[in-house]
Amino acid sequence: MFRKRPEGSAATVWVTVEGREVQVPAGASAAAALLLAGLAATRETAVSGAARGPYCLMGVCFECLAEIDGVPNCQSCMVTIGPGMAIRRQHGKRIATPQ
Amino acid sequence: MTPQRIDLAVVGAGPAGLAAATTAADLGLDTLLLDEQDGPGGQIYRGIERAPDGRNKTTPLGVDYLAGKPLAAALRASRAGYLPGTTVWHIDADGTLSVLDKNGSRTIRARRIVLATGAMERPVPIPGWTLPGVMTVGAAQILLKTGDLVPAGRSVLTGQGPLIWLAAAQLVRAGAPPALILETAPHRNYHAAARLLLRALWPARRQLAKGLGLIREVRGAGVPVVREAVGLAALGRGRLERVAWNGGEIAADLLLLHEGVIPNIQISLALGLEHRWDAAQLCWRPVADEWGATSLPTVAIAGDGAGIAGAEAAALTGRLAALDAAALLDKLDPAERDRRARPIRKALKRELAIRPLLDALYRPAPPVLVPPDDVVACRCEEVTVAQIRRAARLGAPGPNQAKAFTRCGMGPCQGRLCGPTVSAVMADALGKPIAEIGTYRPRAPYKPITLRALAGLGASPSAGS
Repeated sequence: MFRKRPEGSAATVWVTVEGREVQVPAGASAAAALLLAGLAATRETAVSGAARGPYCLMGVCFECLAEIDGVPNCQSCMVTIGPGMAIRRQHGKRIATPQ
Repeated sequence: MTPQRIDLAVVGAGPAGLAAATTAADLGLDTLLLDEQDGPGGQIYRGIERAPDGRNKTTPLGVDYLAGKPLAAALRASRAGYLPGTTVWHIDADGTLSVLDKNGSRTIRARRIVLATGAMERPVPIPGWTLPGVMTVGAAQILLKTGDLVPAGRSVLTGQGPLIWLAAAQLVRAGAPPALILETAPHRNYHAAARLLLRALWPARRQLAKGLGLIREVRGAGVPVVREAVGLAALGRGRLERVAWNGGEIAADLLLLHEGVIPNIQISLALGLEHRWDAAQLCWRPVADEWGATSLPTVAIAGDGAGIAGAEAAALTGRLAALDAAALLDKLDPAERDRRARPIRKALKRELAIRPLLDALYRPAPPVLVPPDDVVACRCEEVTVAQIRRAARLGAPGPNQAKAFTRCGMGPCQGRLCGPTVSAVMADALGKPIAEIGTYRPRAPYKPITLRALAGLGASPSAGS
């Protein structure tokens, strides 16, 4: 869906998206990493399971909810990537797991 | 745990927040700037500290974007404390802010608060707008600002407003021109705007020339433009495949929507501040005086959160709110406050000269506010316009009751995105003006927080999590 502009900044960070290594421009968000990895649909809704993807990227819509470093339901557009960050899609509603 | 005590808390680090915090600190106020993002700039100047400096004109974002650089630099040079990655999730009327950062939750007690929460893009509920691959124009700009990312396939821009042309020009410069622009400004807007043009022509000549230059740049690059597009729909199975309008259809990988921006009033509504329906800008705005002071004695509002006026005006109103805070906290003589405000007000008047023209020219068409029945109004809870109408028929007198009837506004976005639509649909269904119908009354926490973060409030800082 999106690609890196070749003339852009050279600084990049390696993260994993759905377990796959992806090189992402430094300063980009986890939502940008999902899009750069080619994922249009990044979650399924809690109500009907419909596929959704990031919409506003500015912290308003909550469509970009994702699992980041094991924490579900993160607003991935508000999280700047760091080295080794593990980003996964959010599948439906969270299941409460007794610890 | 006793709260940290300060003079002034500024919420949000866009142009208004940056200017307010810097000015207040320079006047001797013990100031903290609380920013949900991890670097200053807000949305308009997002990622500004990573941008090349003004001499190096290699950014496709343009020189107006680089105007954010000195604002961010001034903050860094000031004595204001800057707290990035900090979410304000509750504010008490006495000036206590509950904030959350990576270390957990804590409270800050401020003698005065300036809300600089800025604007959000107006929701554009068209059929299929929930499909992956449908985003806002602002979202594409943010990807360009923060990661130098551009659309990879065929992108279609649709809507209206100055931002459409700016974003299109930026994408052209970035080597990713849109495949098509579907402009939605209704023809009658031009007649309404023509009457205002003469008055704005001289005071707003710079902005007008800039706008026309952008349109020329985009058209000169060969981007096709369909004007007065109506009946827009995003089509596809599981993701966007095509964009349709009355009279045409095009294959697309990305659809970018934009119908202008509206104040982000989540916190001001939750605080119970007085709000009014702005019939010119078609949005709710908090009632504030010429200093940004609101109906709550501890709280002022600066920037687009108090009504859409643009980035330059936002920085100016941020300074005014800081001057007033300094006067209220006895750091500045009121006469001196007024003296310092004079040139700021003069500049503000210049910035505002173009607004009536823009408001008339880019007034959204009625279906943007009241979409067709089968369109999803509340994306989180998947509630359609028809279901909102049914709630009205069943006796829900307003948006807050429609919530209880349908669960609209009860998902994770807490009504941020469906609020404007639900108010307008309820008003339409009940045959009353929106001003009378009202809007949601959101409540804390302003953003969802974990129970652990909430529980951490009572713990001592050394107790850990």
